Amino acid sequence: MGRYLIPLGIFVVLVGFLAVGLNLNPREVPSPLIDKPAPAFSVSQLHQADKTIARDDLKGKVWLLNVWASWCVSCRQEHPVLVDLAKSGAVPIYGLNYKDQREAGLKWLAEHGNPYVISAFDHDGRVGIDYGVYGVPETFLIDKAGVIRYKHIGPVTPDALKDIILPKVKELNAAS
Amino acid sequence: MLRPDFSANSLRRFMVALATMFLVASWSVWAGEAAPASDDPALEKRVTALSELLRCLVCQNQTIADSHADLAIDLKNQIREKLRAGESEKQIIDYMVARYGDFVLYKPPVKAATVILWVGPFVLLLGGIGFLMMKVRGRIRQAREGEVLTEAERERAAALLEEDQIEKGTTR
Repeated sequence: MGRYLIPLGIFVVLVGFLAVGLNLNPREVPSPLIDKPAPAFSVSQLHQADKTIARDDLKGKVWLLNVWASWCVSCRQEHPVLVDLAKSGAVPIYGLNYKDQREAGLKWLAEHGNPYVISAFDHDGRVGIDYGVYGVPETFLIDKAGVIRYKHIGPVTPDALKDIILPKVKELNAAS
Repeated sequence: MLRPDFSANSLRRFMVALATMFLVASWSVWAGEAAPASDDPALEKRVTALSELLRCLVCQNQTIADSHADLAIDLKNQIREKLRAGESEKQIIDYMVARYGDFVLYKPPVKAATVILWVGPFVLLLGGIGFLMMKVRGRIRQAREGEVLTEAERERAAALLEEDQIEKGTTR
């Protein structure tokens, strides 16, 4: 009887490790930018090419930076969620139109609705690299002092919004 | 009756279609590969050496040197630009880690969080050797003790041997 206990113990431990491993998402790489100042940027706006948008324009408010592109398939999935969020007015959403063509981006927004106060136009993906973007869509929550407080990788779901992002927005808005 | 058609002819047609599809797909991938390289071989060598240390976050088991993902190409261009601007290898690696975290390093650094990764296999190896030695010693001891037979065992062995002898005798 005793001779089976050791292999059984090893088996149980192995199953435990595998169970944990299977529930981790290797695509979600923790960002080193959490609780660090959002990288500075100053690029042209998507709708008005002659105007720029910079990180420092947004100081003093809590905002979301949503990285999107017209070529990004999962962005379609999250778009209605963002449109609803924009309508609710809970938090302003700024877009980062990542590695896109201006006409394609504009057309996409005209088709699917525009939840963004302003979209920054990151044609060569430099701002994306500064933010450690590796898979679109990604969403950053940035506080009044311009510090990144949260990063959501992949499409924003209603659950993620309700359970994580909106409570954090509330908390950050309450902080002076 | 309706039955799926598994005749050799349709199978062959299917294989040809599949092969054509793969060929077209791989050709289009290959066609998009040409990255803007500079004509300075020394610089290119440094770019490649550095790219081999960095993980492509899109296709996670490749270095950015091996990868043709858009992001990998962008990062290689960034490395080239920074090297040209006179930045050191270390500065560039720090730049990447600041944005993408330790995960971007193909060879993880030794720190508290990664110590299991580095030491774990050796601990397991030593543990295995220890376990094996314990077992082998036990066996040796057992074998030594077993050399001495009890009286009853000796008799039983003799009886068995005798039986064997008789059997052989009768068959002959």
